[in-house]
Amino acid sequence: MNRFVLPLAAFALLLIVLIVGLRHAPEKGVIVSPLLGKSAPQFTLPDLLDEQNQLRTDALRGHWSLVNVWGTWCEECRVEHATLLQIKQQGRVPIIGIDWKDDDAQARSWLSEMGNPYDHVGADREGRVAIDWGVYGAPESFLVNPAGTVVYKHVGALSPQIWAQEFLPHLL
Amino acid sequence: MGVELGHYALILALLLAAAQGFFGLLGPSLARERWFAVARSAACGQFVFVVLATAVLVNAFVQDDFSVRYVAENSNSALPLFYRVSALWGAHEGSLLLWILVLGGWTMAVVARLRYLPAPFGARVLGVLGLISFGFLLFTLCTSNPFARLLPAVPDGNDLNPVLQDFALAVHPPILYTGYVGFAVSFAFACAAMIEGRRDQLWARWMRPWTVIVWAFLAWGIALGSWWAYYELGWGGFWFWDPVENASFMPWLVGTALIHSIAVTERRGLFKSWTLLLAVTAFSLSLLGTFLVRSGVLVSVHSFAADPRRGIFILIFLIVMIGGALGLYAWRAPGMRSQSGFEVFSREAFLLFNNLLLVVAAAVVFGGTMAPLIADTLGLGTLSVGPPYFNPSFLTPVLPLLALLAIGIHARWRRGALSDSRRPILITLGLSLLLAAALVLGIYSHPIALTPVGATLGCWIILSSLIEPFNRLRRGLRVPAPLLGMTVAHIGVGVFVLGITFVKSNSIELDVALKAGQSASVGEYSFRYEGVQNFEGPNYEVVRGTISVSRHGRPVTVLRPEKRRYWVQGSVQTTAAIAAGLNRDLLAALGDDVGAGAYSLRLQYRPLIRNVWLGALIMAIGGIITVIGRRQRTTVLKATAPLGLAPERGGAL
Repeated sequence: MNRFVLPLAAFALLLIVLIVGLRHAPEKGVIVSPLLGKSAPQFTLPDLLDEQNQLRTDALRGHWSLVNVWGTWCEECRVEHATLLQIKQQGRVPIIGIDWKDDDAQARSWLSEMGNPYDHVGADREGRVAIDWGVYGAPESFLVNPAGTVVYKHVGALSPQIWAQEFLPHLL
Repeated sequence: MGVELGHYALILALLLAAAQGFFGLLGPSLARERWFAVARSAACGQFVFVVLATAVLVNAFVQDDFSVRYVAENSNSALPLFYRVSALWGAHEGSLLLWILVLGGWTMAVVARLRYLPAPFGARVLGVLGLISFGFLLFTLCTSNPFARLLPAVPDGNDLNPVLQDFALAVHPPILYTGYVGFAVSFAFACAAMIEGRRDQLWARWMRPWTVIVWAFLAWGIALGSWWAYYELGWGGFWFWDPVENASFMPWLVGTALIHSIAVTERRGLFKSWTLLLAVTAFSLSLLGTFLVRSGVLVSVHSFAADPRRGIFILIFLIVMIGGALGLYAWRAPGMRSQSGFEVFSREAFLLFNNLLLVVAAAVVFGGTMAPLIADTLGLGTLSVGPPYFNPSFLTPVLPLLALLAIGIHARWRRGALSDSRRPILITLGLSLLLAAALVLGIYSHPIALTPVGATLGCWIILSSLIEPFNRLRRGLRVPAPLLGMTVAHIGVGVFVLGITFVKSNSIELDVALKAGQSASVGEYSFRYEGVQNFEGPNYEVVRGTISVSRHGRPVTVLRPEKRRYWVQGSVQTTAAIAAGLNRDLLAALGDDVGAGAYSLRLQYRPLIRNVWLGALIMAIGGIITVIGRRQRTTVLKATAPLGLAPERGGAL
């Protein structure tokens, strides 16, 4: 074959990729995090429920923890809330909340009305910590092991099935 | 009257672009010389109407016409005038208009220098540019009309995204686009050369200055974007391998290969088909980048509002333009083989390696950017790659590239033996090893493995570039502008390499929460947090922290990082405070009020980071110098033009 046709052939291959990409574009959402297998990003946040306290990365050390990014403006988070409360009841891992770009007062009343599944909640008022964690949208949940390494990430609302099938196996 | 005038002007521009494409391409083929002039007038007319449309939209912004949807979404009556103008390219629709305006500007520049080109060739160049412009105008009018009204009108606008209310970002898009879009000119020259099936290499001479200027602008644009990300996003990074960044970086890498291969083509008549392919590829990557950023197929931190409908349109455009050009290439390139050869250690050979490595580097970036899409196509699920992929895989071709630069710069054209240049190579290498050792052991201790390598390469490139000008001056010869430009550009590469090396290996970052009066130490520097104060700006309120920095007990500077809350969108924007210096930057960014009088802070020490942007700036200046120096040569050439251009028609048999 004429080697000068190769660029055209490569372009045709590229087009296939682009067309498939375009067809799938609307349902984009699940992105495997580059954080997996890496240390959880450092953060220092004001504690939403205790003004005198700070929530730091240290809070993730020495035990498994579930880091959940949420906000009162996020409807999916409302759906997810019941599952978080169940996980809290099972008591296998403490849940650390990152309240993303939210109003503190609204967040507090959300927790007092619907129940608080979190051991600690950091108020990430301007979303800087969420950027470090590579959050694309709420809710997102990260499983962090006792060494502080991110083991698993889930984008979207948690459900009891997802928790049992995708998170629990890591804890066994 | 109002913005409808702009809409109307844009429709007229579309029709004129169609005329420019039609007459420019068909005129030479049908040998109708009058059509050339029509293409030229159509190009000028099109530019006038695009300028008019842009002026109308700018006026709508300045006058706060919130009955225009685009203005209502991106401006506000409290927005300062400067940002009301730059808000024009603050979102998708307006930035497309800017794209078209910049393309029109380049077309006008080509028109202004049309007399240096054979008439049929110039007409074809205008024809190709007309087609490109037609595509983008149609795209704008069909899917992204910036002149759409918002009825009922709103009393006040939604304000410009606060991230964009910044000087560097206000000027970044026009400069970046000047480079990004400018590859359309190289593309048009390449297409014209292929349509004519030229066997000579004159087209390379005509195309070269355009390509170098475009490349220089793109380097500036990318550096400006990186500088903006560095100080505005406030977390100290300057390059994130984000799809939007890669979209402009890939054409630049291919453009770098192009400006080297085109030199070989012009001078020696070699690499002809390769140069054409690079010219087509550079612009194709610009178009592809536009597609990726605006269609929503890739998720990016700073992408525009995505719309798959726009994606389909750009895709069709890609098929027509890139597919057409590559088809032309497959048809014409086989006839462009050259007879002359070169030896293994000649400059041609080194430039060939330079090209291969640069293309591999561009392919690495391309692979990483496309990885999520490719994985998706093959059904491998979703995947995204970040710096852990990009950094090592990009360095793999680039490190040998840098070493080859330091060696190959001594090589002669056509024939070269390693023994000729052994002395300068060894002397410069020895000196660079000494300099690098001094830097690594003396100033920047705690190196990582690559620090000595990077330091040596940086010094070696700078010293090697200086050898030839130095030798000429010693022999009492003038340093010609092309050599001067090349030297300057390569020094820029060295400066850049040194910057990256030490920023990567010796930066210190610290996240702490401090109460007023407490200190934290970052390397040799001690940062003392003094407290925060509140102020009001024109359209925002601001919290400003004060941090005094000292070194070994002596005060160095006072940093005042800010956090602004914009009233209209309610969004918060952090501005890091940076004490810049040629040898190091000190940064402080204000985090959250963590209660009990304490604030979380991000403190950083970044050595030699200025070299990264300075290097890019110097490279670009070097490129410009070569073009300015060339101009005299082209004028001389023009004087002998009747003789010089005569044999071109007959072709080389």
